[in-house]
Amino acid sequence: MVTLTINREEHKLDVPNDMPLLWALRDVVKLTGTKFGCGMSLCGACTVHVDGQATRSCVTPVSSVEGKSVTTIEAIEMDPIGRRVQEAWLDLGVAQCGYCQGGQIMNATGLLKQNANPSDQQIDDAMSGNLCRCGTYTRIRQAIHRAAEAGEKRA
Amino acid sequence: MNRSSDSLILENVSRRSFLKGLAAGSALVLAAKWDLALAQQEKPYGAEAMPGGWVDDPNVFIRIDEDGTVTIVNHRAEMGQGIRTSLVMVAADELGADWQRVRVEQAPGNHDKYGNQNTDGSRSMRHWFDPMRRAAAAARTMLEQAAAQRWGVPVDECQAGVHVVVHEPTGRKLAFGELARTARELPVPERSTLTLKPREAWRYLGKETGPQQNVTGDKVQRPLAIDGQEIVTGQAVYGADVGFDDMLYAVVARPPIYGAEVASVDQTEARKVPGVVDIRQIDGTRQPGGFEPLGGVAVLAENTWAAIQGRNALKIEWDNGPAGDNASYDTRVFTEELMQRAESAGQVIRSEGDIESALGNAETRVQASYYMPHMAQAPMEPPVAIARMSDGHAEVWAPLQNPQAAHDGVAQRLGLEPNAVTVNVTLLGGGFGRKSKPDFVFEAAELAKAYKGRAVRVQWTREDDLHHAYFHALSVDRLEAGLDAGGKALGWRHRTLSPSISSLFAEDPMHKGNFELGMGFNTLPFNIPAIQLENPPASAHVRIGWFRAVYNLSHAFAIQSFVAEMAEAAGRDHRDYLLELLGPAREINPQAVGDDWNYGESPDLYPIDVGRLRGVVEKATAEAGWGKQRPAGRGMGLAVHHSFASYAAVVFDVEVQDDSSLIIHSTDIAFDCGPQVNPERIRSQMEGACVMGIGIALQSEITLEEGRVQQDNFHQYEFARMRHAPRAIRVHLINDNPDIAPGGVGEPGLPPVAPALCNAIHAATGKRIRRLPVGNQLS
Ligand code: FES
Ligand code: FES
Repeated sequence: MVTLTINREEHKLDVPNDMPLLWALRDVVKLTGTKFGCGMSLCGACTVHVDGQATRSCVTPVSSVEGKSVTTIEAIEMDPIGRRVQEAWLDLGVAQCGYCQGGQIMNATGLLKQNANPSDQQIDDAMSGNLCRCGTYTRIRQAIHRAAEAGEKRA
Repeated sequence: MNRSSDSLILENVSRRSFLKGLAAGSALVLAAKWDLALAQQEKPYGAEAMPGGWVDDPNVFIRIDEDGTVTIVNHRAEMGQGIRTSLVMVAADELGADWQRVRVEQAPGNHDKYGNQNTDGSRSMRHWFDPMRRAAAAARTMLEQAAAQRWGVPVDECQAGVHVVVHEPTGRKLAFGELARTARELPVPERSTLTLKPREAWRYLGKETGPQQNVTGDKVQRPLAIDGQEIVTGQAVYGADVGFDDMLYAVVARPPIYGAEVASVDQTEARKVPGVVDIRQIDGTRQPGGFEPLGGVAVLAENTWAAIQGRNALKIEWDNGPAGDNASYDTRVFTEELMQRAESAGQVIRSEGDIESALGNAETRVQASYYMPHMAQAPMEPPVAIARMSDGHAEVWAPLQNPQAAHDGVAQRLGLEPNAVTVNVTLLGGGFGRKSKPDFVFEAAELAKAYKGRAVRVQWTREDDLHHAYFHALSVDRLEAGLDAGGKALGWRHRTLSPSISSLFAEDPMHKGNFELGMGFNTLPFNIPAIQLENPPASAHVRIGWFRAVYNLSHAFAIQSFVAEMAEAAGRDHRDYLLELLGPAREINPQAVGDDWNYGESPDLYPIDVGRLRGVVEKATAEAGWGKQRPAGRGMGLAVHHSFASYAAVVFDVEVQDDSSLIIHSTDIAFDCGPQVNPERIRSQMEGACVMGIGIALQSEITLEEGRVQQDNFHQYEFARMRHAPRAIRVHLINDNPDIAPGGVGEPGLPPVAPALCNAIHAATGKRIRRLPVGNQLS
C-alpha cells in the first residue's frame, strides 16, 4: 500500500512500490491527462510536478513520491503560473493533436517557476526533453514568452 | 428569395447510381460549380470515387435542440489538423449558427451513413467542403420553412440570420431553438432548391479563429478551437483514455521479423508477475500482412505496468521460417543493391524526346543518386485500442484514421453482422498514416472474443510502435541531366526504386503503382525536351505503409536537390534556374504525362498548374529575401513541390558554425491550397510540416539487420526537438480563390522541407547531402 498526495488529495494505492507513477495515475487513480509516450524519460509526455518540480512520471517509482505533493495537468490551473501558461497556449493555438501538450504545459510551468523570464536559449534548453511529433515548438516558445509577460504584468 | 444574386452558381446535373442521402430516388443533384465537371466525367473522381462516397443529408450531420443548441456531427478523424473545428465552421457558417451555441459530436465508423471517413490523403476539405455546405443550407432552408409556417407567410419573406429566422417585412424573429421541432418534421428540400451563401456573407469561413485580440471592427465572435480547452486541462479523450472498471490491460510480444511465428513460449515466469491475469497467443499473418495482426503472445493484466512486466518475463522462441528472406533483410546491404540497380535501365514510366542523344550531346552532364531511409510515423500516442464483446455485439474505442476498415475487419473476424459492431473514434494523438491501418484494433478484438463481456485494452509501447510500424518505403533515386553550353537542360533521366505499399495486400509487385508514381515522379512539371522516367524493381521486406506525404517525400527530396545541383553545374542562381525548368505558366493534364491517378481527382478540375508552382516559388523567395549576400557559413536553400492538389515552396536560412552545429534562423513557406477554410489551422499545419521535415532531413532513420529493426525508442529513432525548431517560421498563404477547387493541407507542406534544408546546408557549406538523414555528415 502506497499513500500519495495527488492534486492535494490523498490516495491509498494497492500497487507495487516500483510501479511508475505514470501507470499509477493513469490505470489506478484514473487521471488520464498524464500521457504515455516512451516510458524511458525521452519524450516528456508524462510530465507531472513533484513538489513543484517537473518530473517524468514514467521513470518515477510510486514509492519515491510518498510524502510528496504530486500535481498533474488536471490541477495545474490552480497554480497561477500554470493558469497563465494554459491561457497563453490557448491564445496562440499551440496544440495540434494535443497529446504532448499536457506534458509541455507542465514542463513550461516548471520552467517559469524557476525562471520568470527565460530567453529563447533557456527555453530551448529546458524544453528539448519534450517531444512534439506535430511540430508545435515555435508556438510553444512564443507561448512561454507570452505567459512570462503576463506574469510580469501581474507582478 | 431575398438573396444575393452572386451566390455560388448551382446547376442541375445528372448523377450516377449510388447517390445517397437526399430525396431518395432523385437523380438530380445540385452541385457547386466544381462538382459540375466531376459529375460529367465517366470515371468517378473525388469523394464520389471513395468507398461510402459523400452524404449531404442535413439529418445526418446537423441536429438542433429546442434550447437552441446546434450539434454538428464530425465524421472525419481529428489528429491535430483541426478538422473538428474546420468542418464545423463550414456547417455553422452556412447554417447561420452562432459559434457559442455549436457543439460537435464525433461520428462512429459507418460510411454507409456518413460517407467516406478515411482521413488520409489530405482529402477532408477537398471532399467535404461542398457536401457539408449543402447539408447546412438544407437545414437552414428547413428552419426558414418552419418559420413561414408558424407565421403563415410566404417562405421567401423569411431569412435566417444568426441563430434566428427573421420575417423581413415585419422584423419578427424566431430563434433556431423555437423552430427546431417544426423544422425537424419537414421533408429535406431538393438540392435544386438550395442556395449557398455568397462569400461576402461568410462569418467564419476563411477568417481567423482563436481568442479575439482587439480585432477592430470585427464584431463576430471568432470560433475557438473545438478541443482547445480540454487539451490544456488534460480532459481531452484519446485512445488510451477510454477505460472500464473491469478492463483487462494487454501488451503483445510480436515477432521481431515480418512473417515470423511463435515456435514456443515459456510462460512460467510471466505468470508469476503480480497483476498478470492471463497469457494468450494471437495468430498472425504471413506477408502480405495487410492490416492483419502480426501475431505473437499477449499478456493480459490488471494494469499496463503489470502487463509490460509480464511480457518482459516471457521466453519466446520464434520460427523465422515463414518469414523467408525477410529474416536476412539488412537495409545497408539492400540500399547498396538498389544503388547498383539504379545504374541500369528499368521499367519505363514516361518517355519524351530522345534521351540518349540529349544526354550524349550535352556539354555538361550532372548525375547523382539519393537515398531516403525507412521511417516510422511515430505519432506521440502509440497505437492503442479497446474492444468489448457482449451479447453478440462488439464495441471498439480507438484513435482511427480509417474507422470503416476497423469496423469491417472486426465484423468479419468475429463473424458479426455489420450492425452488430460499433467503432467509436477517439481523438488521435497524431496519425501521420500509422492509424489508417487498424492492425492494433484487430488484436484487441481477438482478445475481447476470448473474454466476452470484458473490455480489453491493447496498449502498444514505443518499442512496439518503432519495431512494428508500417514503414515509410526506403528509396533510391538516381538522376541524370544533360546541359547545353549555356546550362540549359536538354535531357532528364530519373530512375526511382522503392518497395511498394501494394506489397501489403498482394504478392510483392516489386514496382511502384500509379498511386505512388503519381506522387511527384511521373508528374514532373519541367519544361525539358527529353525526359525519361524509369522504375527498376525493389522488393518489400517489412510492412510498407503510408507516412505523411508518402512517396512525395523521396521524389521531392531527390528532384529538388538535383535541380540545385544542376543550377550549380550551370553556374546559375538556383531560383532562376528552377523557374526556367518549370517554364511558362500553363496547366498540365496529369493524364497527358501518364498520371491517371491524380490523387483520385478529376484532371480537369485539378490539373498540374505550373503558374501556381511559380507563384509559390516567387512568394517564398521574395519574402525570404532570396539573393541577399550571406556571411560565410550562412546560406539559403529552396525547394518547391506540388502534391495533394496543393502547391508549397520552402526557403531556409541557415548557418553552419565552425563546430559544425546547424542553426536554422528562419523558414519561409509559401502555400497555395486554393480556397482557405481555416487559415490559422493551415498555418499551423505548415509550421508542423516544417518541423517534421527538419527531423526527416536531420535525424530520422529506421534500419534493419537480420530482419530486425535496430531502433528501440526515441534515443535511437530521433526527430526534431525544440532546439532544432527555427527561431521563426513564416507562412505565406496565397491564392485564396473561391473559384478554384480546394486542395489538401495536411501533407503537401512536408515534401519540400528536407530538400530546401539540404540545399541551404549546401549553400552555407558546399556540402551536398544525398543520403538522409544528415546525421553527423556535417562534422
Ligand atoms: S513517457 Fe515519460 S518521458 Fe516519455
Ligand atoms: S501536438 Fe501532437 S504531439 Fe504535440
